[in-house]
Amino acid sequence: MTNATTRQVPLRWLNYLLMIVVGAIVVVPLFWLVTSALKPSAEIYRWPLTWIPSRPEWSNFIDAWNAAPFAKFFLNSTIVTVIGAAIKLVLALTTAYAFVFLRFPAKNILFLVMLGALMVPGHVTLLVNYLTVSDLGWINTYAGLIVPGVASVLGTFLLRQYMMTIPKELVEAATMDGAGHLRILLTLIVPLARPTIITVAMIAIIDDWNSFIWPLIVTNTVDMRTLPVGLLYLKDNEGFNNWGAIMAGTTMVAVPILILFFIAQRYVVAGLTQGAVKG
Amino acid sequence: MTLVTQPPSTDSPSADASRRGPTRPAEGARVRRRRRRFGRRDYLLFLAFTLPNFVIIGVFAYWPVIYNFYLSLTDWDFIAPSPTFIGFANFIDMFTDRSFLNVLWTTLVFTVCIVAGSIVAGLLLAVLLNQKLAGRGIVRTFIFSPYVLPGAAVATIWLMILHPNFGLSRAIFGAFGAHSPAWMTNSDWALPGLILVYLWRNMGFCTIVYLSAMQSLPIEQYEAASLDGASKIRQFLSLTIPLLSPTTFFLLLIQVIGTFQAFDIIAVMTGGGPAGATTTLSWFIYQEGFKAFDIGHSAAGSVLMFLVLLALTWFQSHFVGRKVHYQ
Repeated sequence: MTNATTRQVPLRWLNYLLMIVVGAIVVVPLFWLVTSALKPSAEIYRWPLTWIPSRPEWSNFIDAWNAAPFAKFFLNSTIVTVIGAAIKLVLALTTAYAFVFLRFPAKNILFLVMLGALMVPGHVTLLVNYLTVSDLGWINTYAGLIVPGVASVLGTFLLRQYMMTIPKELVEAATMDGAGHLRILLTLIVPLARPTIITVAMIAIIDDWNSFIWPLIVTNTVDMRTLPVGLLYLKDNEGFNNWGAIMAGTTMVAVPILILFFIAQRYVVAGLTQGAVKG
Repeated sequence: MTLVTQPPSTDSPSADASRRGPTRPAEGARVRRRRRRFGRRDYLLFLAFTLPNFVIIGVFAYWPVIYNFYLSLTDWDFIAPSPTFIGFANFIDMFTDRSFLNVLWTTLVFTVCIVAGSIVAGLLLAVLLNQKLAGRGIVRTFIFSPYVLPGAAVATIWLMILHPNFGLSRAIFGAFGAHSPAWMTNSDWALPGLILVYLWRNMGFCTIVYLSAMQSLPIEQYEAASLDGASKIRQFLSLTIPLLSPTTFFLLLIQVIGTFQAFDIIAVMTGGGPAGATTTLSWFIYQEGFKAFDIGHSAAGSVLMFLVLLALTWFQSHFVGRKVHYQ
């Protein structure tokens, strides 16, 4: 036994060493992002590398803000994310509720029809969706940015899975008491399903905030761009000259989602890994 | 228990569709009568609750697949009033064109490296972080974080890190007395560079999925193996890997689907270049459709992507079975 434990000691140190290396691989790029955004431009290009800015300054953020309409990008991203995610959540809730608690012929087949949409890779739909949105006259509008993405198959699926664990008698008793389905959904189901709802909301928010190719295609003026596409604009506009400004812009795109992730980590991880499980 | 009870699914998402709960006949009939009275209202409400979702899915998920098949058989530039039907000419064109075969090769290398790399890295990191180490919680959190970052942000961060003149890359290569390659502007290094960035982004995701699967590994089997004198490495090879194989197959499918559609990081870091070195199928679809306005070729690329992913999904569900890991 003592023999075994003494043999384990170096292994333990090796494990810690590996863990630190892995942590560094993940964290150093993030650290580099934030410090570069705060470095005076001379320190960005100095050799050997400057790890910590001698005197943090905000001038890169001002440069980025001046080089591209970041206020507008922020506004657009916020509108698209908040409204898009809200509609997605509402649709997922009502659809899941209907599938679990309402009667309808061939309900299970209909549900498979809905799940089948998970088999359609988003990238394959770009071309035709562009044509559809342009027929609707929605190119370069918020409707064009938001509407094609508001159906949430995955959210519906997760919420349905959860609602099926709620005893039917509970809903039936409420119906007996004369409560309408909308009221049951809002006052009975929503509070019970809160963790799943937060999870679904988190996936929706992250998806909408990070969305890149659809906003790139469906908008065609700078003032309709969202933050991630705006970042591409800033990079192409600034060329490879003002890296401080590009890092400042990147910080503005990345930090809100990182904060959200660290606050709601449990839900985000649950959502993304389950989400992935389901397709 | 009523007639419409669906027991909560404990195994697969679709298996519950065909099962019904047991019913006591007398009570069932009573409930059924009462139900009928409310039936019509239920139907209308069901439609009101689900129709928006169905309409959006129909218009923006199913219709594109169908119309895309048609567009792939046409020649069109967005400008002509309507697409011209040309049969399979686009496909014949593409598969006889060396540059498109190159696109397929690039896609294959890109996908295999990222998927295999992040799965292997994810498994090893999961084994590491499954040990009782102080501070593993923080590392677990951080390791997942690149996966939630916007791809565009990941791309600019790494453009700077891989910059040959003032990036970390210069310092790292410098430490070995070498010069940093000009990663994204060199056609030999751009693809490996992109793969590296995607590995950074995806490995934490695989790690966390593996870690959660490891929580349900049967401890008794490991204890038995230990008693039999099996070494840790032996246990890893003949217990952990086989027991985790459903998770591995699942990650394989998810990662291939995701990597096939990888776009944002490519768009910001290389734009498919230099000289087409990083043009994957997903970039090709965008390039042909929205830059060259060659709708037929873009649609044909989309059809190919759809069929490959569909075949893969089908293969997974039929041959690997429904043993995928559920939480």
